[in-house]
Amino acid sequence: MKNFDYIRPETAAEARDAAARPGARLLAGGTTLVDLARAGAETPDLVVDISRLAAAEPRLGAIEALEGEGGSGGETLRLGALVTMARAEADPTLRLAAPAVAQSLALAASPQIRNMATLGGNLLQRTRCPYFRDPAAFPSCNKRAPGSGCSALGGPWKGRAALGATASCVAAYPGDLAAALVAFDAVVEIAGPEGVRDLPVAGLFLTPLDAGSAARDTGLAPGEMIEGIRLPASAAAARSTYLKIRDRASYEFATVGVAAGLDLGPDGTVRDARIALTGVAPVPLRARAAEAALLGAPLTEEAAARAGRLAFAPDPAGPDSDAPDPGAARFKLTLGPRVVARALLTLGGLA
Amino acid sequence: MSPHPSPNPTSPASASAPATIPILRAGATRRPVRLTINGTERTLLLEPRASLLDALREGAGLTGTKKGCDHGQCGACTVHLDGQRALACLTLAVQAEGREITTIEGLAETAADPEADPVLHAVQRAFIDRDAFQCGYCTPGQIMSAVACIREGRTGSDDEIREAMSGNLCRCGAYPHIVAAVRQAAEELA
Repeated sequence: MKNFDYIRPETAAEARDAAARPGARLLAGGTTLVDLARAGAETPDLVVDISRLAAAEPRLGAIEALEGEGGSGGETLRLGALVTMARAEADPTLRLAAPAVAQSLALAASPQIRNMATLGGNLLQRTRCPYFRDPAAFPSCNKRAPGSGCSALGGPWKGRAALGATASCVAAYPGDLAAALVAFDAVVEIAGPEGVRDLPVAGLFLTPLDAGSAARDTGLAPGEMIEGIRLPASAAAARSTYLKIRDRASYEFATVGVAAGLDLGPDGTVRDARIALTGVAPVPLRARAAEAALLGAPLTEEAAARAGRLAFAPDPAGPDSDAPDPGAARFKLTLGPRVVARALLTLGGLA
Repeated sequence: MSPHPSPNPTSPASASAPATIPILRAGATRRPVRLTINGTERTLLLEPRASLLDALREGAGLTGTKKGCDHGQCGACTVHLDGQRALACLTLAVQAEGREITTIEGLAETAADPEADPVLHAVQRAFIDRDAFQCGYCTPGQIMSAVACIREGRTGSDDEIREAMSGNLCRCGAYPHIVAAVRQAAEELA
């Protein structure tokens, strides 16, 4: 690991100032940054340890119900960016308000890692692409070294993106939490030199096409820091699930991850449907066409299967015409629709 | 596990950023880091990049905590930080300053008779009773994880134990005996 300077600021403002320096990286739980730095995929000059900032700024480490916010469904929940995954997954309010979010955390990583990793850091985790993570063996990687090429393009890595990949990068976003947050319209609070701004979680992540480069995963500017996540209550979030399909029963990243929520009327009519995917595209994906197709009719096996197909259909308005062959990830186009359908049928009591 | 295990290349330290607040400089030599390990305070001379795992093994001479993958994928380096299980390989040693670090060496209790062997922790005894290891390399991590798993109350069924212990890999495949040992110790400690 390349050596670096290390500081442990006392306040979030000091941390943001330090993070704005060239080559600086924020360090919270360390489970992503230390791993990538050891692999040589990240080479920070300065590590800014924010893991103890909650002592000075308690909201960074708090889970709060925000009074007076939220619509008919109830209160908005605010999760501080430094809350650990373990604490959030065990939070009774979160488990009730949005089971899919709590499950997305409980099914991720291992208990050790969930004790360390924070929610803000979890969102910002980088792809598990083995070519990205191994610069010694694979110097070409547009995510690490823009313009160097993509070693994964013709490779056998089946974890790659099956939707929205480009010839410059086929990496898939791996996080479970982000999909669950995207499904239920969560917002990140970002503090930076210009003040505080809100961004929908769905808007935090950039595809290589959005960013103009595979090197940039998010729209965060230098010196900006996620300080909290606001999760609005909804009936669909209260009736939700996270279904994670992976190569082993635990401690593994999603091959396909689906966060789904349903609001059903007294006669079984679907009043609201939420579907978001992870592990299949460069960013967590909201499946809006699939959601829309479910509305106003009872949930049936046919409707769930159709929603699954729509969730994995190429967006006709999107840039998929230039997408490379999904190669080793082609199977996700067959598996994925079934995972969506299974999640919906589970929620509807039909599976 | 990564399909492409990589070496850990090192390169010369970078130029350091201007410091307005306490800083561990990359260019400078090691600096003292105060760690509380198994109740004893130790001051180790460390670089900022030193992992807690390397600090324990090579700085403090406590080699019970094992280096398996060094990438957070195997659990062999599991220790407790303030009573919670964590991976020493993904923790910078400086991050552990001021926190209670417990390693496998800190589990057994000193016997009343100073001449006698230390009294093993119930989980250590259960691993011996149930033959819960073969080569033994993953065992310290398994035991540290099991102690926490029992404390967290996640031993209601064998399935729950398997899930709660899933962060610790055993390449010998001693899993059935590990689950039995955790179950036995959980019953004993209940």
